[in-house]
Amino acid sequence: MMLSVRDLKVSFRTDDGLVRAIDGVSFDLEEGEILGVVGESGSGKTVSLLAVMGLITDPNAVIEGSIRYRGRELVGLPARELRRLRGNEIAMIFQDPMTALTPVYTIGWQIAEQIQAHRKVSRSVALARVEELLAEVNFPNPREAMSRYPHQLSGGMRQRAVIAMALSCNPALLVADEPTTALDVTVQAGILDLVRKLRATHNSAVVFITHDMGVVSELADRVMVMYAGRIVERGSRAELFGDPSHPYTRALLGSIPPLTGEKPRRLPAIPGSPPSLLRLPKGCAFAPRCPARYEPCDGAKPVLTGGSHAAACFRVAQA
Amino acid sequence: MIYPILRRLGQMLFVMFGISVIVFLIFFATPGSDPAARIAGRNASPEVLEAVRHSFGFDRPLYVQYVLMMKKIFVTGDLTSFVNRGWKVVPAVLDSIPVTLSLVFGAAVLWVVVSIIIGIVAAATRDSWLDKLLMALGLLGISMPVYWLGEVMNLFTQSRYHDTWLFSWVPPLGYKNFSDDPKGWFLTLVIPWVTLAILYIGIYGRVLRAAIIESMQEDYIRTARAKGLSETRILLRHALRTSLIAFVTLFGLDFGALVGGSALLTEVVFGLQGIGKLTYDALQSLDLPMIMATVMYASMFVVIANAVVDFVYILLDPRVKTS
Repeated sequence: MMLSVRDLKVSFRTDDGLVRAIDGVSFDLEEGEILGVVGESGSGKTVSLLAVMGLITDPNAVIEGSIRYRGRELVGLPARELRRLRGNEIAMIFQDPMTALTPVYTIGWQIAEQIQAHRKVSRSVALARVEELLAEVNFPNPREAMSRYPHQLSGGMRQRAVIAMALSCNPALLVADEPTTALDVTVQAGILDLVRKLRATHNSAVVFITHDMGVVSELADRVMVMYAGRIVERGSRAELFGDPSHPYTRALLGSIPPLTGEKPRRLPAIPGSPPSLLRLPKGCAFAPRCPARYEPCDGAKPVLTGGSHAAACFRVAQA
Repeated sequence: MIYPILRRLGQMLFVMFGISVIVFLIFFATPGSDPAARIAGRNASPEVLEAVRHSFGFDRPLYVQYVLMMKKIFVTGDLTSFVNRGWKVVPAVLDSIPVTLSLVFGAAVLWVVVSIIIGIVAAATRDSWLDKLLMALGLLGISMPVYWLGEVMNLFTQSRYHDTWLFSWVPPLGYKNFSDDPKGWFLTLVIPWVTLAILYIGIYGRVLRAAIIESMQEDYIRTARAKGLSETRILLRHALRTSLIAFVTLFGLDFGALVGGSALLTEVVFGLQGIGKLTYDALQSLDLPMIMATVMYASMFVVIANAVVDFVYILLDPRVKTS
C-alpha cells in the first residue's frame, strides 16, 4: 500500500468554536492507481489532501489521525523530512494556474528551482531537464517557453507548466486539485490525457480532486465521494457509476446531462445547499436534502459500511 | 528600446517645463506680488520703484522675463540673486548639491539595508515578541520629529557626552569635502545619516513587513511549499522579491524629495549648507532667482528618481514590461 489514511480529522479553531472540516476520513491508495475524489465546494476534498501534503500552515488547524506513506507516518513528521518528500516523491497541482506560479520568475527558473531543491545537479543539467519536461507536457517550443514569465502564457499553458513542475522529480504520488476547473473544455481534455500518460509512463499514483463527475468517469480507477467532511461512498469506477448506492451519489450522477437521447428541459438539481460546518446536523449531514430520508437518519451519523464498494447510509445498510 | 527611453525623456522635460512655468507665475504674476516692491523695500517712492523695475527687467513682457530667466539658469548660468546683487545663483546651487547628495545617499543606504533586515526578521517571526519589539521601535522612530531627534543627537554627541569615549570621535558640526578629507567627510556625516535614516527605517521596515506577510498568503507561496523548498528560501526568493515592488515605489518618492530639498530640517540642525538650507534661506528673503534655480534642481531630481523607479520596476516585475 502506497498511501494509507486512517481516521483523518482536521479542525480549525475559530471565534465560533472548533470547526471540523474533515471528520474521520480513511482511504488507501495503491501504487499506480488513480483515485477520484468528488464533492461539492466545502466538502473537505481539498483540505484532506492538503493535510496529506502537510500544506495546512494555518496555526489554528488541528490535524489528528494517521497518514502513512510507504510505511512512514507523515502526521508529526519533522518539517525538514516532510520537505524532502514534498515536490520530490509527492507532488501537487493546484486549481488555479493563474496564481499558482510566482509572477516574477520565468517558468524555466521555477521548475529548475524545484529540481535543484531535491537533486544535486548543476543549473545547466536542471535546465536541460526542464526542457525535456516542457516537451513532455506538449509545449510546442519548450526552449522558448522556459524563458517566459507566467503572465505571458495562457491558462492552459500555465497549467501544463505547473504539471511539468510537479513531474520534475518523477513523483510516485501526484495530487491534482481540480486542475481543469479553471480551463476551457478543449484544454481540459489535453490535461486529462497528460495525467493518463503520466500514469502509463511513470506508474505514478494520482489523487484527482474534482467536482466534475464526467472527469471522474473517464479517468479514475476508484472513486471516493465526500460530503461535509466525510466519505459518503467509495468504490471502483464501475461500482460507483454502475450501481451508485448513496442518495447523494445518485443525485450527483443525476445532474449530469446525458450525451445521447433526449435532453431534459431542466437538469435535476439537489435541493438545498451543503450544511455549514459550524452547525452540522446530529445525524446524517445529507439528511436535510435527502429524498430517501427516514427516522434513523436524524439519530446518528451513518458509518461507512461494505467491502470495496461502501456507503455511509442507513438505507443501504438496511437493504 | 530606444523609443520608450526617448519618450520618457520627453515626459521628464515636459514635467520640468510645467513646474518652472507654475513657479514662475506664482512669483511673478500672482495678483499683489510685485517683485520690484519687495526689492525696493517699504515706503519706496514711485520713482525708485520704477527704476528698480527697469533695472531688473520687470517692465518687459512676462514671457520675455521667463525665457531670459531660463536662459540664465540653463544656458549662460549667470543668473544673479535679487537680494544679494552680483551673487551668482547657479554656482551656489552646484556647491550645495554634494552636501545634500552626501547626506541623503548615506542615509538612504542605511535605511534601505536596516529596514530590509527589520522587515524580513519581523515577517519571519510574525507575532513573536521580536516582531512586536521591532514594530514598536519602528513606530517610535516614525514618531520622533527629525529636528527634535537631531537636536538631541547634537546634545549628546557635541556636548553632554562628547568627552566620553563614546562620542569623542564626533567632529564639530559642518560639512567637509570628500575630496579634501574623506575621513572627516565620513565622521561629520555619521550622526546626520543616522538621524535622517531613523524615520525612514521605521516606515520602510513596517511597510516591508506588511508586504511580505501579504505575499505569504498568495497561492504561489503554497506552490513553493509544495515544491519542497525551505521556509527561508520561500521567504527570501518568493515572498520578499514580490514585496520589494511597494518598497521601491516608496523609495523613489522619498529619495527624490529628499535630494530635492526635503532634508532641510536635518541640514539646518547639523549646519550643512545643502539644497534644503539654500531654498529655505531664499524663501525667507523671497530671492526669486534662487528659488527658481533650487526648484528647477529639485524637480529635476524628483523626475529623475521617478524614472529610475520605473526602470527598477521593470527589473523587479516582468509584468510591467508587456502591459
